[in-house]
Amino acid sequence: MQDENRTVLDINDVCISYAGELAVRNVSLPIYEKKITAIIGPSGCGKSTLLRSLNRMNDFIHGCEQSGYLGFHETDLYASSTDPVEVRLRIGMVFQRPNPFPKSIYRNVAWGPSINGFNGEMDERVEKALRQAALWDEVKDRLQDSALNLSGGQQQRLCIARTLAMEPEIILMDEPCSALDPVSTARIEDLLFELRENYTIVIVTHNMQQAARVSQYTAFLENGVLIEYGDTEDVFTRPANRRTEEYVTGRFG
Amino acid sequence: MASSANNLSWRHKKAKLFQSFCLGVTVSAVTLLAILIYQVSMLGLPWLDGQFLSSFPSRFPEKAGIKSALAGTLWLVSLTASIAIPIGVLAAVYLEEYAKPNRLTEFININIANLAGVPSIVYGILGLAIFVRTFALERSVLSGALTMSLLILPVIIIASREAVRAVPSSLRQAAYAVGATRWQVIRAHVLPSALPGILTGVILAISRAIGETAPLIMIGALTYVAFVPEGPMDEFTALPIQIFNWTSRPQQEFHELASAGIFVLLCVLLMMNAVAVYIRYRGSRE
Repeated sequence: MQDENRTVLDINDVCISYAGELAVRNVSLPIYEKKITAIIGPSGCGKSTLLRSLNRMNDFIHGCEQSGYLGFHETDLYASSTDPVEVRLRIGMVFQRPNPFPKSIYRNVAWGPSINGFNGEMDERVEKALRQAALWDEVKDRLQDSALNLSGGQQQRLCIARTLAMEPEIILMDEPCSALDPVSTARIEDLLFELRENYTIVIVTHNMQQAARVSQYTAFLENGVLIEYGDTEDVFTRPANRRTEEYVTGRFG
Repeated sequence: MASSANNLSWRHKKAKLFQSFCLGVTVSAVTLLAILIYQVSMLGLPWLDGQFLSSFPSRFPEKAGIKSALAGTLWLVSLTASIAIPIGVLAAVYLEEYAKPNRLTEFININIANLAGVPSIVYGILGLAIFVRTFALERSVLSGALTMSLLILPVIIIASREAVRAVPSSLRQAAYAVGATRWQVIRAHVLPSALPGILTGVILAISRAIGETAPLIMIGALTYVAFVPEGPMDEFTALPIQIFNWTSRPQQEFHELASAGIFVLLCVLLMMNAVAVYIRYRGSRE
C-alpha cells in the first residue's frame, strides 16, 4: 500500500513565524499524489498557516518568516529561482469564505486561464470546470449573471470551479465548508470524492467527521506542532498519541 | 423590573433626542445652502444670458461677461485633472500595494497628511518660485495647473489610499491564487473595486481646485483678460478671480454680475458631480 504512494509535496522540518512568534514548529510530513490529506487541530494551531505556505500565500503577510524545506516534486518551493506565480498556477487554493470576483459567473472561471495565456476554447474550459464542480446545471442558463447573486454554497463551488479551470496538480482547501450549511457541505464532500481521482487535495478542517469521511491521510496539529500523522483510519480509530485521541473523540478543541 | 422599565423608556427618549438633533443639524445645513443659492439666483439670474457667457470682461456692466474666465477655468481644471489624477492614484496604489511598511514609507505618509493641511497661499508661493520663475513657464495656465495639482495631490492620494485599502483582501487572495501577478491583481480587481471611492476623492479635490483663488493670484493669473487661452502656455484668468474682481468694485451692478458668476461656478461644480455620480452608478451595476 505504502509504496503505491508518490510524494508530490515534501514538507520537511518547516517552521513559520509571524513577527517572531512561532506558529508552525518543525513540521515534517509528505503529501501523496491523488490522495486527500486532512489537517486537523484546534483553532490557532497553525494549520491554516501551514496550508498557506504550500502555495506561497504567506508571502503577502508582512513579518511572516519561514524555514525548512518545502519540495514540490524536485523543486524547492522557496528557492529564489522559484517564481511564486508559477507555484500558484500549479497549486490552487480554495478559501474559507467564498470569495468570488464581483464579475459574471463566466468571467470568474475564465479569468485565471485568460491571464495565463490560455488560448484554447474558453467556453469549453469554463463548462468543464463548472461541470467538475457540480455547478454547471444550476448556472448554465445564466453564465453572464453576477457571481454575487449565487447562494453561499454555489459561490464556494464556483470558487472550486475557478481553481479547477487552472488545471492545477494540487488543490489546497482552507476550511472550505465552514461558512456553509449542511446541505452545501454534503455537496462539496461529494465533489471531493470525485476530485480525488485526478487531483491531490490538502484540506484543513475543523470538522472531525468531515476529515474522517473524505481524507485518506490525516495530520493532527496542536500549538504548531505535528502531534500525529498517518492513515486517516488509524488516526481516528487507534491514535498513537493520547492528545490525538482526546481531540478526535471531542474531549477538547 | 419597574426600575429597569423606567430606565428603558429613558434610553428610548435619549435615542429619539439624538435622532432629532441629527435631523436638526442636517436641515440647518441644507437650509443655509438653499438661502445661499436663493440669494445668488435673485441677484445674478437676471444677468445670466448668452451675452454674459459669450462676452469678455468690460468696465460697462451691461457689456461684461465671463467668456475668458469660464474658458480659463475649464482649461485649468482639465490640465490639473490630467496631471494630478494619474500621479495621485498611482502614488496611492504604490503606497498601499507595493511600499513596505518601513521608516521611509512612514515619513512619506506623515508628509502627505501634513501637506493636505498646508494653506493654499503657500502652494501659490511655491508655484511662483518653481513653475513661474525656475521653469520659466510664466503666468501661463500650465503654471496654474501645476500649482493646483500640487495643492490637490495630497487629497487625491489620501482618498485613493482609503479606497484601495477598503478592497477586501480576500479578493486579492482569490486573484493571486489563480496565478495572477501583482499588476494583474491591481489592474483587474483592486482598481475597479476602488474606483467609486477614488472618484469621490478626485471630484472633491477637483472641486476644491475650481474654487481656489489665492494660489492663482499668487502666481499672477490676470484679472482682466480679453482673450481665450488657446494653449497651455497662454495667460489666463479663472472664475473665482473674476468673481473676486467684480465684488471688489463699488457699483451694485458688478456685485450682481458676481452673483451670476457664482451661479455659473456652482453649475460647473454640479455638472462635475453629476458625471461622478453617473460613473459610480455604472461601476456599481457591473
